[in-house]
Amino acid sequence: MELAVNIVLLSLLVTTAAALVLVRGLLASIMLTSIYGLLSASFFVIMDAVDVAFTEAAVGAGVSPLLLLLSVAVIGRHEARNAGARPLFAVLLVGITGALLIVGTLDMPAFGRADAPAHLHVAPRYLLLSGEETGIPNVVTSVLASYRAYDTLGEVIVIFTAGVAVILILASGTHRGSARPHSAPVDTKDPHTILQVVSKTMIPFMLLFAFYVQFHGDYGPGGGFQAGVIFASGIILYGLLYGLPAICRVIRPPVVELCSALGVLVYGVTGILSMLQGRPFLDYSVLADDPIRAQQIGIMVIELGVGITVASVLIVIYYAFANQFETNGN
Amino acid sequence: MISHLAVLPVLLPLVGAPACVVLRRPGAAWAFACGVAFLAFVAASHLLVQTRELGVISYALGGWAAPWGIEYRIDLLNALVLVLVSAMGMTVLLASRASVRGEVDPSRHSLFYVAYLLCLAGLLGIVATGDAFNLFVFLEISSLATYALVACGRDRRALIAAFNYLIMGTIGATFILIGIGFLYMTTGTLNMLDLAVRLPQLGESQTVFAAYAFIVVGVCLKLALFPLHLWLPGTYTQAPSIVTAFLAATATKVALYVLVRFSFSVFHLETSRLALSLEAIFITLGVVAAFAGSLVAIYATDLKRGLAWSSIAQVGYMAISVGIGTAAGLQAGLIHLFNHALMKGALFLAVAAYVLRVGGTTFRELRGIGQRMPLTTAAFVVGGLSLIGIPGTAGFISKWYLVMAAMESERWLLAFLVVASSLLTAVYIWRFIEVAYLEKPESGKASPQKPAGMLLTCTLLLALANLYFGFDTRLPVSTSAGAAANLLGARTP
Repeated sequence: MELAVNIVLLSLLVTTAAALVLVRGLLASIMLTSIYGLLSASFFVIMDAVDVAFTEAAVGAGVSPLLLLLSVAVIGRHEARNAGARPLFAVLLVGITGALLIVGTLDMPAFGRADAPAHLHVAPRYLLLSGEETGIPNVVTSVLASYRAYDTLGEVIVIFTAGVAVILILASGTHRGSARPHSAPVDTKDPHTILQVVSKTMIPFMLLFAFYVQFHGDYGPGGGFQAGVIFASGIILYGLLYGLPAICRVIRPPVVELCSALGVLVYGVTGILSMLQGRPFLDYSVLADDPIRAQQIGIMVIELGVGITVASVLIVIYYAFANQFETNGN
Repeated sequence: MISHLAVLPVLLPLVGAPACVVLRRPGAAWAFACGVAFLAFVAASHLLVQTRELGVISYALGGWAAPWGIEYRIDLLNALVLVLVSAMGMTVLLASRASVRGEVDPSRHSLFYVAYLLCLAGLLGIVATGDAFNLFVFLEISSLATYALVACGRDRRALIAAFNYLIMGTIGATFILIGIGFLYMTTGTLNMLDLAVRLPQLGESQTVFAAYAFIVVGVCLKLALFPLHLWLPGTYTQAPSIVTAFLAATATKVALYVLVRFSFSVFHLETSRLALSLEAIFITLGVVAAFAGSLVAIYATDLKRGLAWSSIAQVGYMAISVGIGTAAGLQAGLIHLFNHALMKGALFLAVAAYVLRVGGTTFRELRGIGQRMPLTTAAFVVGGLSLIGIPGTAGFISKWYLVMAAMESERWLLAFLVVASSLLTAVYIWRFIEVAYLEKPESGKASPQKPAGMLLTCTLLLALANLYFGFDTRLPVSTSAGAAANLLGARTP
């Protein structure tokens, strides 16, 4: 049964990828990207990587197609036809890379084998002892937020960097920051009343769900990354329906920009607290007397930092894109 | 705090960058960034002193022992590159204020310094870590920040250059990630030391071969080794001059470090069956890069573009030294890594000063610049002489060790080619000297002198460093000798 599902999902993935390469209209490409994201998310579920699937569904299928749509609204929906371009050399290179990947699979341990090296070396300790050592039932969270917390700090900073990069690149002439809501005229000619009413009832639940995912990450799939994306989706949905000026009155751009840094600082300062008491960076044991309690506090605080940064950066990026759309669209 | 020395050079800019967002005034952001970079440099220097005295320093992040947690493992090689990157990062940042004001849109200034700190933190993190996946995470931080910095260039062509670099850089990073994934699949560990122990036990494995192939291609993209150099000329030419100086002095050096680290510390290239073919590949590509880069540089009509092509040639020398693969060869590569950062730092900072004064870097605009900017041009000439490898400069030391390493392994033709390609360097440096001193400036085009005292000071400082390390070679030579011995001796102590 699982084999059949795998075959269907993978062939759909290949078909979507092929269609993505062939299709010319940018709008269609974006829809295919979104479908690709959703299919990957389903595939990750099959592979029991639920946390990854969660993120992929929210980002790959949700937010990033949305940002692409906003870009297409500015640049137009048709790809310039590159006449006479023969990507023979590129096809050759891709072929070599693909061949090398296949060579790489030759000596691979079979997927899911219990005696594969990946399951025998560091993984057993995570699986057997992480409950005792961190007091967190979700192994993914304990690896992410405690054993390899420094990598996660790095990933949060990657996201923060993305926010900084978007503001830097889209910064407009005299104004620093992601949005200039006052310069954009309020759009009144096309009010989307039905969508507005329906979504308005959904948004509180989305935000509430984000908090659930945030704080339930210790026990089930979820955590700061997923929660941040869901929270930002709620805000972005409001922005889409009521326009940039309206959302900017609710959540002011300079505040979100500061929050994107704040989340990273919450994470970093938690680590520095350990250093001040002579323990290594991000060693949570200084946070409470009981080591397991300390781990739980540490993980909760840094997950909160992750959530704040992820949500703020996504909102900042949305502001910057929507700002382009509203200034260039008029 | 002394026990935390291993993590401080990375942590300071890493946490300093988000803190810097709070500062909305560009001057304040710059001053703060300079302070952070200075402290990182101080920490890195202390770290080098400690590793020279105590040997390897290991730091378990989060208090979890490796391989379960992430480890920072500082030996002579990391420490040397950390000092180099933090020193160049600091110097270029100190020099940056006037140039950024002249070239970057005012609304971007304060975030520019945030991105700069992020880039610095990413580069330092790549060097300090002893964990293969952590290396990738910091590679992402530095890469993203770099794309943003490049896009801040003076006109819209900078956006195209940044986009090209983004595509190439992302391919490179993805390849590295695929390689690391294969490594984890076959060994079950991400810690480099642990990998080095477990990989030989696997024997001949196609998966490990593919892992190494992907990592090498990915890193060579970042390194801009011929023929994977296509992103470099556009990026260096279109980026703000300060960013070019920073990247030229640090980013390719870090990529070389990663290549050496993976090849010798993780994969033990010297004993694997890959050694012979890779040796030939690196040396051939290196020689071709040295000649092709220099030839294009000779015909460039733009000084900044010419120097960018010269960087491709210089990367070639470093690849040759990796290809030679003996202790002497690696030592030569590391010395050149150190000295080339000093040369390109001085040269590109001088270019930044030219852009500020005459508004461009084409040879037409630079006619007679030697009379109008005597000190900056003097610094440029010193850097140029060092690039050629004239005795008395740091560049001579690099070339000397490289030629010696080639002769020691009885590669006479290679030694000859290295010297011959240096003559090409002399041609393009002479071409600039001719333009700068022997041609008359175009009259009536002199723009008012903008205050750029720090820029001039830092340029002169780097030029002097080129002379200093031409005489007192103890720091790079002894450290790199130790580092090279460590790299090759890890297997048979």
